[in-house]
Amino acid sequence: MRVTMVVDGVSYTDEVEPRTLLVQHLREKLGKTGTVVGCDTGNCGACTVHVDGHSVKSCSMLAAQADGCEITTIEGLARDGKLHPVQQAFHDNHALQCGFCTPGMIMQAIDLLADDPDPDERTVRHGLEGNLCRCTGYQNIVRAVQDAAHRLKPAAEADRERETVAGGE
Amino acid sequence: MTATVEPEVGKSRRRKEDARLITGRTRWTDNIALPGMLHMAILRSPAAHARIAAIDTSAAKGMSGVLAVVTGADLAEEQGSLPCAWAITPDMKNPPHPALAVDTVHYAGEAVAVVVARSSAEAQDALEAIDVDYDDLPVVLDMEAAIADDAPLVHESLGTNKNALWVFDSAEAGTGGSVDEAIAAGEVVIERKYRQQRLIPAFMEPRSVLCDPTGEQFTLWSATQIPHILRLMLALTLGVPEHKIRVIAPDVGGGFGGKLQVTPEELLVFLLARRLGKPVKYTETRSEAMATAHHGRDQIQRLTLSARRDGTITGLKVDLLADMGAYLSLVTPGIPILGAFMYNAIYKIPAYRFSCTNVFTNKVMTDAYRGAGRPEATFAIERLMDELAAELELDPMEVRERNWIRHEEFPFTTVCGLTYDSGNYEAATDKAKELFDYDGLRREQLERRERGDAVQLGVGISTFTEMCGLAPSRVLGSLSYGAGGWEHAAIRMLPSGKVEVVTGSSPHGQGHETAWSQIVADQLGVPFEDVEVLHGDTQSSHKGMDTYGSRSLTVGAIAVVKAADKVIAKARRIAAHMLECGEDDLDFAGGRFTVRGTDKGAGIGDIALAVFAAHDLPDGVEPSLDSEATFDPENFSFPHGTHLCATEVDTETGRVTIRKYVCVDDVGKVVNPLIVEGQVHGGLAQGIAQALFEEAVHDENGTLTTGTFADYLLPSAADLPSFVTDRTETPSTTNPLGVKGVGEAGTIASTPAVVNAIVDAVRHLGVDDIEMPCTPFRVWSAIHGRTADTSGGQAGGGLGSIQGGLQ
Ligand code: FES
Ligand code: FES
Repeated sequence: MRVTMVVDGVSYTDEVEPRTLLVQHLREKLGKTGTVVGCDTGNCGACTVHVDGHSVKSCSMLAAQADGCEITTIEGLARDGKLHPVQQAFHDNHALQCGFCTPGMIMQAIDLLADDPDPDERTVRHGLEGNLCRCTGYQNIVRAVQDAAHRLKPAAEADRERETVAGGE
Repeated sequence: MTATVEPEVGKSRRRKEDARLITGRTRWTDNIALPGMLHMAILRSPAAHARIAAIDTSAAKGMSGVLAVVTGADLAEEQGSLPCAWAITPDMKNPPHPALAVDTVHYAGEAVAVVVARSSAEAQDALEAIDVDYDDLPVVLDMEAAIADDAPLVHESLGTNKNALWVFDSAEAGTGGSVDEAIAAGEVVIERKYRQQRLIPAFMEPRSVLCDPTGEQFTLWSATQIPHILRLMLALTLGVPEHKIRVIAPDVGGGFGGKLQVTPEELLVFLLARRLGKPVKYTETRSEAMATAHHGRDQIQRLTLSARRDGTITGLKVDLLADMGAYLSLVTPGIPILGAFMYNAIYKIPAYRFSCTNVFTNKVMTDAYRGAGRPEATFAIERLMDELAAELELDPMEVRERNWIRHEEFPFTTVCGLTYDSGNYEAATDKAKELFDYDGLRREQLERRERGDAVQLGVGISTFTEMCGLAPSRVLGSLSYGAGGWEHAAIRMLPSGKVEVVTGSSPHGQGHETAWSQIVADQLGVPFEDVEVLHGDTQSSHKGMDTYGSRSLTVGAIAVVKAADKVIAKARRIAAHMLECGEDDLDFAGGRFTVRGTDKGAGIGDIALAVFAAHDLPDGVEPSLDSEATFDPENFSFPHGTHLCATEVDTETGRVTIRKYVCVDDVGKVVNPLIVEGQVHGGLAQGIAQALFEEAVHDENGTLTTGTFADYLLPSAADLPSFVTDRTETPSTTNPLGVKGVGEAGTIASTPAVVNAIVDAVRHLGVDDIEMPCTPFRVWSAIHGRTADTSGGQAGGGLGSIQGGLQ
């Protein structure tokens, strides 16, 4: 069947087999190998991407179901050579070792911060429960997510301020 | 220019590796696609022990896109036998280990046929069309039953299920007294039996292998820790000339010993690519990884400790049964032996005997998993120290202090004949106790006991050491290991002053590119950014022993230092020529040779350029600064530390919560504190997981029932606490950097700390042991005087059973 989706800002139209998983389509057809597969039961979260702005385990969705959707992968986060604040925070806080869980972890962390811009440790840990990491013991990942929250906050507040000022004029 | 450049070593440099990994610009083996590449899929045995009566592949062969369907019988002539590099005794039993089973399968998941097809989907479809008839044979799973006289045999041809008996006796070795005498004379004798459950390394990247046969060399990409060893083993196993094979370990997503292997899949991909003349790739599913990638631990320990009533240990006797699984893989039989020298740990034990019976069962092979033999040993001795303290009604820390090697006693030769070069157990312990508030928590524990609270508090100690930096080649030789323990490095000085460092270490998450850059930056006085580290490709890094056993820094990086020394020695001669002075008149610092007493000098980059031009070199000097070094360590290194764990145990539900975890590790000099801390965190998580969550469980047919991440309880972020980590620093005296290695420390130390804490919380209720993993059911059963099922059948009850962790 024929599907069209926008992935990291580029539109793609392809024939896919009905059984093709979204993650297979991304990796094998579109060359989006930054998104990886760590399990076959939907438990590891390594394949996490954003579909229409929300994190989804791309091994748990068919390519066909993503028809008409807008998808962001780890490869589409950096803008004009500048890392997304969560990517930067992962680097700064040594939140990765082998890096295999990292794309999924970062995509999930962004989603988590969208829901709760100032999460406490417990919230971060529970928010990342569906993403397994075997290397880091999670401590630096939690630190990175909280650090990213702080980095995102001034920007967000500045934005809000601008809006208020603009609205006042 | 000031001469005081801040040294790179010791800085928390952010990692070079990250830039690609956080943006998805990665080269996992499964990411690689070549023109005309074919896909392999494997049909695996559902039976743990059966004769293959018939295989019908005819239907599969005719399916769309299928190029080959191959059985063990088809490959029998060319597949050889998978290698075991460690014949621990001269009469060790080693059954043939085919990549593809020929007539009998010996564990569930063993490969019985492969399909190669245009796409992986077509290969999978064809698998389903293969028909195999199995005649079931008796399944041997339990080690104690396996060595009974009338036990059915895993390998009929061996006539026994025993692989080998390996013994170390301090009286026979002349390194200590007779343990039987010590036990006979012991004022206190403690006997215990502990079980080290089977674990699954569970690296996050499933293994993948791709072989391209279209060049002059066969090029094999593999998600492996050991590209160099793999190349040699492929050559030896398949009879292919070694120089016709190139192995590349691209980005590798974790290993923990689990990728320290020569796998059936690597051999099969090679053979099929050779047969078809096309690139062939195979990537395992997670379920395949769980069932067929080697497992770790799986030992039964019988322990006898004798002591005087004042707490002084007089003897230790260790009797092990170690489960090999169905075959011997690369290091399978040697894993328990790596622990043999560590049961005495940090203590002055005058008499010691270790014996280990290795046993075959119908399960997947065991082999290295983070710590490999040493976590088991550390668990045993650290649990025994607590038991001894309880018996004598002493504080467990006091008993340890009474027996450990005092800092002024180093270097110290142990009852195993190893010489510990340095350490300071007092310093690490003092710091840990302070960070932990040891006395405060003990007080609280007492209060809760007196009040009879439902939730009791326990304090667990683990004062561990490990031998790492594997390994002095002569020691490996004396243990009959099949290779040396050296490492190789090379440094190439480029004409523009940039530097390429080639290392035989093969990282898969450790951050070698960053750490090696820091070391070379200091050694050569070049900027951190100007160093490129090359690894993991036998074409660029032609020589190496790869990465495992906390050896990369203590062996691999020392080779880098030695190579840098040679670069400087060569450059010195040329600098003297350029500056028209004697070599002895030159000082080298901060990347510059200066003529003593003058302001004349030349930078190492200038010299590299002069060498490149080669217009004016001293007579007889070759135009190159490039240098290589192969370093063979004189001794192991002995990191140590004090880990303290406080657990809260709900006596009504059996639920365990880690309230506080403090560790102070002494890993010698630290190159990059950030990386060291990360290694400790990850190690702790794996050790704690053994104590609380993880176990590979088989049903009575030998089927792995914890074969997915839904059943095998890898801890998530929600299951673990935050750790307090700190360090003391006693430099190793056996290498020029003073480093000791850190990869395995956290895993080795943490398991007994947690179990000691759990037992400590409920000891007053009559509990002196709880089998791992300490699930709520087992803890509850122990408290309430019931015997929990010891077959491990109730572990791994699905995600819902994860209950420990964050409050
Ligand atoms: S690959 Fe594991 S959850 Fe998608
Ligand atoms: S960094 Fe290796 S699995 Fe998370």
